[in-house]
Amino acid sequence: MEKLKASMKHVNIPRLIIILFFLLILLLAYINGIDVNSYIGSILKYWGMWGILVLAMVPSIKCGIGPNFGISLGIVCGLLGSLLAVEFGITAWGDAIMPGFGPWAAIFFAMALSAVFAWVVGVLYGKILNCVKGSEMTVTTYIGYSFIYLMCIVWFRAPFQSGEIKWPIGADGVRNAVSMDTSFGEVLNDFMGFYIGGEKGIYVPTGLVLFFLLCCLVVYIYFRSKSGLAITAAGSNPNFARANGINVDKMRIKGIAISTVLGAIGIVVYTQGFGILQAYTAPLTMGFQCVAAVLIGGATTGKAKISHVILGTFIFQGLLILTPPVSNKMLAGTDISDTMRQIIQNGVILYALTKAKGGSSNEE
Amino acid sequence: MSAEYVVKMQNISKEFSGNRVLKDVSLAVKPGEIHALMGENGAGKSTLMNILFGMPAIWNTGGYEGSIEIDGQEVKIDSPQKAMECGIGMVHQEFMLIPGFTATENIKLGREDTVPTVASRLLGRSLEELDRKKMASDARKAMDTIGLGIDENTKVGGLPVGYMQFIEIAREIDKTGMKLLIFDEPTAVLTESEAERLLRTMKVIASQGIAIIFITHRIDEVIEVADSMTILRDGTFIDRIETKDTTAARIAELMIGRKVEKLVDETEDHRELNKDDVILKLRDYRVDMPGETVRGVDLDVIRGEILGIGGLAGQGKIGIPNGILGLYDSSGTIVFDGESIDTKKLGDALKKQIVFVSEDRRGVGLLLEESIEQNIVFTATQVENKFLKNYGFIKQYDHAAAKKHAEDMIRDLDIRCVGPEQPVGSLSGGNQQKVCLARALTLNSKLLIVSEPTRGIDIGAKKLVLELLVKLNRERGLTIIVVSSELNELRSLSDRIAIVSDGRVSGILRPDDSDADFGLAMSGVKVGGADDGKA
Repeated sequence: MEKLKASMKHVNIPRLIIILFFLLILLLAYINGIDVNSYIGSILKYWGMWGILVLAMVPSIKCGIGPNFGISLGIVCGLLGSLLAVEFGITAWGDAIMPGFGPWAAIFFAMALSAVFAWVVGVLYGKILNCVKGSEMTVTTYIGYSFIYLMCIVWFRAPFQSGEIKWPIGADGVRNAVSMDTSFGEVLNDFMGFYIGGEKGIYVPTGLVLFFLLCCLVVYIYFRSKSGLAITAAGSNPNFARANGINVDKMRIKGIAISTVLGAIGIVVYTQGFGILQAYTAPLTMGFQCVAAVLIGGATTGKAKISHVILGTFIFQGLLILTPPVSNKMLAGTDISDTMRQIIQNGVILYALTKAKGGSSNEE
Repeated sequence: MSAEYVVKMQNISKEFSGNRVLKDVSLAVKPGEIHALMGENGAGKSTLMNILFGMPAIWNTGGYEGSIEIDGQEVKIDSPQKAMECGIGMVHQEFMLIPGFTATENIKLGREDTVPTVASRLLGRSLEELDRKKMASDARKAMDTIGLGIDENTKVGGLPVGYMQFIEIAREIDKTGMKLLIFDEPTAVLTESEAERLLRTMKVIASQGIAIIFITHRIDEVIEVADSMTILRDGTFIDRIETKDTTAARIAELMIGRKVEKLVDETEDHRELNKDDVILKLRDYRVDMPGETVRGVDLDVIRGEILGIGGLAGQGKIGIPNGILGLYDSSGTIVFDGESIDTKKLGDALKKQIVFVSEDRRGVGLLLEESIEQNIVFTATQVENKFLKNYGFIKQYDHAAAKKHAEDMIRDLDIRCVGPEQPVGSLSGGNQQKVCLARALTLNSKLLIVSEPTRGIDIGAKKLVLELLVKLNRERGLTIIVVSSELNELRSLSDRIAIVSDGRVSGILRPDDSDADFGLAMSGVKVGGADDGKA
């Protein structure tokens, strides 16, 4: 009995409920004769697309800042890097060197460039967060929001020359939706992609999933290195870290900068999968989805593992993708899919916040 | 007319969840007498006063045994309100004042003088108007009594600490029918001149017939103002003596007493200590640690010795190691093994192989949510690059080696756990302390500083921890500094004991020096000893 009680303590109730809910939806989908295969293909695709953005939550939680609601800073850097890759026509350069290499050159150029932007922005962002210890979650949310709106002005005035980016009427500024077809659209998705069970089966975007898992591996390896261990210690107990000669503020900056870089790479991967780059306010609430996904996976505001990211993203995206067709079948004429997303996403965040002990307020 | 004693407590006993903190203690105070209540930390002084003042902490834990008489009549004081009705007032260590209110308002808070108004006639007393004039004049009178010269309309916030204390006192003596005033370590937070004035004020108050109970552990103050005193030790009543019949040394001896138990068994000692081979040298060393301020320490630590640092709580002994490790701001020179230590550079002391086991195990000493293994090897990974495996260009945490090491430590130190994976937060205090020591032992150290090694752990684990320290010193030749509030512990294992009082070293004594010497040193009186001239 005691053992049962002890093991009950370790069960993450919201995760359990949501996994059961997901399985229920899956069951209902089969019963209602929905083409489950194609939806599972989408789940795999969105799993890979969102995965790295959700992974970005891990370093920020580990370093003690908590879930990075301001992931939009990284996202904006990623968008900028992608746009510059289009602007400079990297695809054409790449194709000139070796046919078929163009999209790869473009996507890696976009990732590298945006990672540099994101590191700089992340360090500054970390410095701000070091001034507001204890209320990081509020502040990251506000910074994320305000940065998106600040960048709206930039997008609107940016002197891009590429016809792919400029408004079709020829004015300056970035258009609402920039097609990635001629640059690196779906390059990862189609890499070694295959169907399970023939043309009507499940499409597996191998390259995308592999890249996501590769990023997970890199983060995992990093957090087992000396510097990664120091970040974890600084987040887990700042006083302990200080007594071990670790500069806690520096570790927090490092953690949030890594998170921002992952956000930038994440949005590049997301954009290639989506096929369209959306600037302006499109990424406004992406942070909430990332936070919700990692929390569903079993993370808390103070502790997160890679496995939480992998599981959480799958379940969360799975629910978002499967719920609409099922609900449309069962409750014909209604569209509760987005309502559903809002309820799950915000409900999970709210639940996690009630369990939170508040950033690094345990520091003296 | 009235009885001889204004208050008489007889055979008071008190238990906190099975732990007897007071055993048959008696206390009696005459009107107009200043009576000192003395004892070391944990002797039971505060508990006794909380009983007298009817604090809820006493009643929530099952009350007390024994009787209390006020003016010869037995009373049951079950709340602070009741105590006040009986004419007992208390000046607290932490001030209970409202910063935004004036001196008058604070003095009169809850006992305001009022005059009726139209509204109050209709709607009740709570709407009566304040009689500010009368309140101000009453406050003035109370403040004049104790010689507090400030304007009664000054706001309390922003006044120096000493003034706040006097306002507290003024509030107490303004209450009508005040018979007994309790001062709980009033001089602890005051500067020297403020403390002197407070003592003078106490005499003035006493001369008006109000009895005073004065809780302190400063012997010089007691000799100066008290007429008589009651001494407690470990919750038992030791003696009630008149000041004129005794000396400071005698008081100190009674306070500390000789405990016969030996905490560490004798071990073979082949060490040869060279008095001139100084490993750590502190000069004019100051640490700004709240509650444990160090105000200019000069101290030499000899290579290979076990140096004890003792003293009462809040006197600064804890601040010494915390400053060296750079956890609090410090100034002055620290020379360690020929190199000076830059405390501004975080981790400098650690790099130069000074290892510290913190007194704040849960707050500073451990990663509570992490495994025993992580806690043991963490510092070694950061400082010495141990337990890291090279994979070409990246170094990875070497789980296998760390686990093996943790298992060795668990066996060697007898850490009771289910395995190296268990989070340390779920271990008992003694086992947590062993994990802290295991982490220290994992490092190559030249100097080990252990702060409060046995705080909060049971007697069996205590002995094991202390013996481990002695063993390390004898077998590895490790220099060890032990900072502890338990004098008995220091005397069991140290070669020399530095006593810190008021942020300075008041004496360096040998473990077999007399209790009186220790008592005097602890109360801040400079004494000679094992090492003259360094204090």
